[in-house]
Amino acid sequence: MRRELPLAICFIMGLIMTVQFFVPHHYSQWLFDNMLKWLIIVLTFAMILGIGNLVKLHLQKVQHRRRDWLYSIVALFGVTASLVTGFGWGIEADSPFMVLYNYVQIPMQATMFSLLAFYIASAAFRTFRARTVEATLLLVAAVIVMLGRVPLEGIVGRWLPDLAEWILDYPNMAAKRGIMIGIGLGAISTALKIILGIERSWLGGGD
Amino acid sequence: MRIASLVCAFLVLAAAPALAAAEKAGAAVVAGDVPNDAGGAIDVTWQPSPAEEEIGFKGYEVQRRVAGEPEFATVAESVVGETTFRDEDAENGVAYEYQVRVLGAEGAPTVLGTAEAKASGQWFNTARSNALAGVLFTSFVIIFFILRARGGAELFVRKIAGLEAVEEAIGRATEMGKPILFVSGLADASEISTIAAMTILAKVARKTAEYETPLIVPCYDPIVMMVEKEMVRQAYAEMGKPDAFDEDSVFFVTQSQFGYVAAVDGIMLREKPATNFYMGAFYAESLILAETGAATGAIQIAGTDRVTQLPFFITACDYTLMGEELYAATAYLGRDPLFLGSLKGQDWSKAAIILALIVGTVFLIISTDLGLWFAKLFETAAS
Repeated sequence: MRRELPLAICFIMGLIMTVQFFVPHHYSQWLFDNMLKWLIIVLTFAMILGIGNLVKLHLQKVQHRRRDWLYSIVALFGVTASLVTGFGWGIEADSPFMVLYNYVQIPMQATMFSLLAFYIASAAFRTFRARTVEATLLLVAAVIVMLGRVPLEGIVGRWLPDLAEWILDYPNMAAKRGIMIGIGLGAISTALKIILGIERSWLGGGD
Repeated sequence: MRIASLVCAFLVLAAAPALAAAEKAGAAVVAGDVPNDAGGAIDVTWQPSPAEEEIGFKGYEVQRRVAGEPEFATVAESVVGETTFRDEDAENGVAYEYQVRVLGAEGAPTVLGTAEAKASGQWFNTARSNALAGVLFTSFVIIFFILRARGGAELFVRKIAGLEAVEEAIGRATEMGKPILFVSGLADASEISTIAAMTILAKVARKTAEYETPLIVPCYDPIVMMVEKEMVRQAYAEMGKPDAFDEDSVFFVTQSQFGYVAAVDGIMLREKPATNFYMGAFYAESLILAETGAATGAIQIAGTDRVTQLPFFITACDYTLMGEELYAATAYLGRDPLFLGSLKGQDWSKAAIILALIVGTVFLIISTDLGLWFAKLFETAAS
């Protein structure tokens, strides 16, 4: 019963949601909207579990003075400060929570994101070493596309941007669509295996 | 005689919608239910008035009343440059009468025409018929091959380098005495790619249980964390080592994208895992994760269905599962005939798509109209 009930729920809901995609009637829309509401409710409760897990993990680290336990104090302070300011003063524009969010969290996120520029440079350097025919092709295509994006029309003419566009619109698009067709079929196959109960590892068991 | 009357009656009935359409086509104003919708909407279309050419033309005014009521109410005024209006405030099953008036340069508005219609919701979206046919065909092919596999048929599956390397990567971590890091993407449990990543984790966890290699699974989503914790626990139990399972090895980090990246990068730099797995849905953080992993010297295996992130993983990882290979991983690692059957089904569906592409190309070479007609068969309404 521990496995049969979730499998039955999965089968019924999978079938209902598949049928729902093809039924535009307002009853069908009502069902879809309610499913989304249920999902939000489930996610909210799951978030409580997530925060509980996070706090428990870091408290244990601090309690047992495990390696790098000082970082755990910072994490616990962050969680506590967000909860206290959020529940204490709300999340209006100038509330302490939003001040923390705008002047601490966002700059930190932007810092992490900005690392991407440097990582792209180092990854490009590694990729564009023309060791094989494929790597040379990649290098040539990348140089054309990059230069095609630079406003050099007055110096080299239209052929470079046109060639860059052609690379993006034809060989690149063809490869992308090929991958996407495979992804679509793979998604249908995986969904079918889950709905039919062939794929069961998500239940917390083996296969 | 009776049969002839019946045939005549049938022909008249069959021709009725066509006659009505022909009648409507000639009318100045036509109103009709919006097709393939949830209901509550009516489309009103009208023929352009010659007054449009006049200087000072102010546009059209659309008025509505429930059929039988005396007064019209304006639902759209000063419609310029268009000859259609969608009334999204109609009640299903109620007959509405629409009147379109021309607001000329001078004088009172002139009535262009009236039309009546009822809104209703449909039980089948005909614009998605081809999608339904595609899903049914693919499902039929996949189920057929699953049944064949169940019957004991031998199925060949090509080698996938990234999946061949899984065992080697786990063995390397074991030999080095270092942990394995498994990142299952930054999407929630409703994403197919996350589910595929979770099934790969189940296989990896069995191996780590067998070799008693530490496993680190930082999670972006709390539901994913709960499921993955159960999966890893079960994998250890199935391998006869329930005590080796570390409750804290699967944990929730944060749902902030770059906060998560910072945490996982920190884990990589502190714990120095020998093997990193990145499976599932990834966004801008893919390169930050993979480059940090490469800098620590870890062997890295990635798999994603996000086409835009694939180049980053190919660049920074040792092996990359591209798109559908991510979904094939469970079948490949488990070698279960049922899963292999589904892979075969996917391949045959792909063959059908390739055939359709060839037919479409040939049609387009023969005649543009024929090619476009064929392409139209595959157009589907997005919403």
